[in-house]
Amino acid sequence: MIITLSITKTIQDWLIGMMPEGVASILAMVIVALIYLAIFAVAGLYLVLLERKVAAWFQLRIGPNRVGYWGLLQTMADALKLVSKELTGTIKADKFLYNLAPYFVIISSLMALAVFPFTKEFQAFDINIGIFFLIAISSIGVIGILLGGWSSNNKFALIGAMRSGVQTISYELSVGLSLLTMVLLTGSLQLSEIVEVQKEGWLILQGHVPAIIAFMIYMIAGTAETNRAPFDMVEAESELGAGFHTEYSGMKFAYFFLAEFINMFIIAAIATTVFFGGWLSPFGITESLPWLGIFWFLGKTLVIVFLMMWFRWTFPRLRIDQLLTLEWKYLLPINLVNIVIMAIIVWLNLTIKF
Amino acid sequence: MEKYIFYILSVIIIVFAVASVSSRKMLRSVIYLLFVLCGIAGIYFLIDYNFLAAIQLTVYAGGIIVLIIFSVLLVHHIEMELEIAKPFRKMMTGLICLLGLGVFLYTIYNNEFNVVENQVTTTTYDIGAKLLSYESGGFILPFEVISVLLLASMIGAIVIAKGRKLNDKNDEAL
Repeated sequence: MIITLSITKTIQDWLIGMMPEGVASILAMVIVALIYLAIFAVAGLYLVLLERKVAAWFQLRIGPNRVGYWGLLQTMADALKLVSKELTGTIKADKFLYNLAPYFVIISSLMALAVFPFTKEFQAFDINIGIFFLIAISSIGVIGILLGGWSSNNKFALIGAMRSGVQTISYELSVGLSLLTMVLLTGSLQLSEIVEVQKEGWLILQGHVPAIIAFMIYMIAGTAETNRAPFDMVEAESELGAGFHTEYSGMKFAYFFLAEFINMFIIAAIATTVFFGGWLSPFGITESLPWLGIFWFLGKTLVIVFLMMWFRWTFPRLRIDQLLTLEWKYLLPINLVNIVIMAIIVWLNLTIKF
Repeated sequence: MEKYIFYILSVIIIVFAVASVSSRKMLRSVIYLLFVLCGIAGIYFLIDYNFLAAIQLTVYAGGIIVLIIFSVLLVHHIEMELEIAKPFRKMMTGLICLLGLGVFLYTIYNNEFNVVENQVTTTTYDIGAKLLSYESGGFILPFEVISVLLLASMIGAIVIAKGRKLNDKNDEAL
């Protein structure tokens, strides 16, 4: 059974048969972009549903169960409602920046999705600096949050935005450094090669102790970077209303909301690719069926997404000073020492390989 | 097709650069500057120099612009608009800008550019090896000098942030 999943190449070859090359490659780009948009808009909606179901499960409720079987169409209905809602704004606000802000957030998170290898061939953009590109892109989203908070002309929104800026800038360091620790093992930044290296054992096993420390730091910092509880200082309901998106309504609010969930998916997907072998199956049990890689990739990603939801409903919210102490006084020094340990382990060839 | 992308990016860069210096609202001109920097990153991507493009995005778009936004948000009366300059000043600025443009155009049209036959993708491995090589053409000395400079500026920042707490006289106050 052969299913070709190298989407960019397949679509381009199919189009070149019908029209000149230049037009075909542009059209192929547009089609691939539309496929990704459609898939992840729907996936984001279902992540919202998953979050609500998990929350209900943790709190011994049933959760959404009226729209569709087992509430499966609930978030679709919510999205339709949001599309039809009026777009409001505040007076004396900078309308241009106010309308621009959601697009920063959503575009930066959608751009990051392009580089993930879902299977060996299902990857839109295999750039040779994969991980670094992800870090670069994720640093742009915060501009959208800062702008949205300021141009709302609302004190709560501004405080939320400033908190978010502080938080994202500090935790970006930890995310970057913990990923760098793993890059020491792989010797490459390209995501497809990182997965290739893991055919001799997932990196979390290859790098044993420092890899596990790096994974823990990555999960803490990643949760903080997506502004989720217990690090949701940005939109702490009891203090700030809804934080930076207090004044947004309708579809613009939906962009912020969707971006949060897509970011969560991205953090989980990076963890899957870098620590848990990406689309590789455990012990190579489905090696003869490469297209099953999607199943493994999504399976591992969803387990980590579930872990992040578990955090959310387990830990109480941190204060802003505790948040900064955690990053600068604990995570960062641990991380730097961890990099040195990992370098020694790679140097002395103490990695575990099968 | 690369030609068209290049022209689109150049138009974006020029339009937003002009908008950035001519906008009278502070935060808006910062955002226009962000678009300029992203456009430059796009040109790096176009010539397949991915590493520099990602550096451009992280350092300039993600770092510098966020810092500028922070400092702008901390300014009082951010909503005020910039004054319009006097006509004489406008004339002088225009003349100096034209002079600068002339110098640039003269250099660009009189320089012989080396045309590379085959497109080579620079990998991070090459960059790292070059940075740490001490043979001819290596960059170990500037690399070390920059690291010392960064350390010095970091210590300076800490001293400024600590302020008067570092003085011996203020020990009782602590």
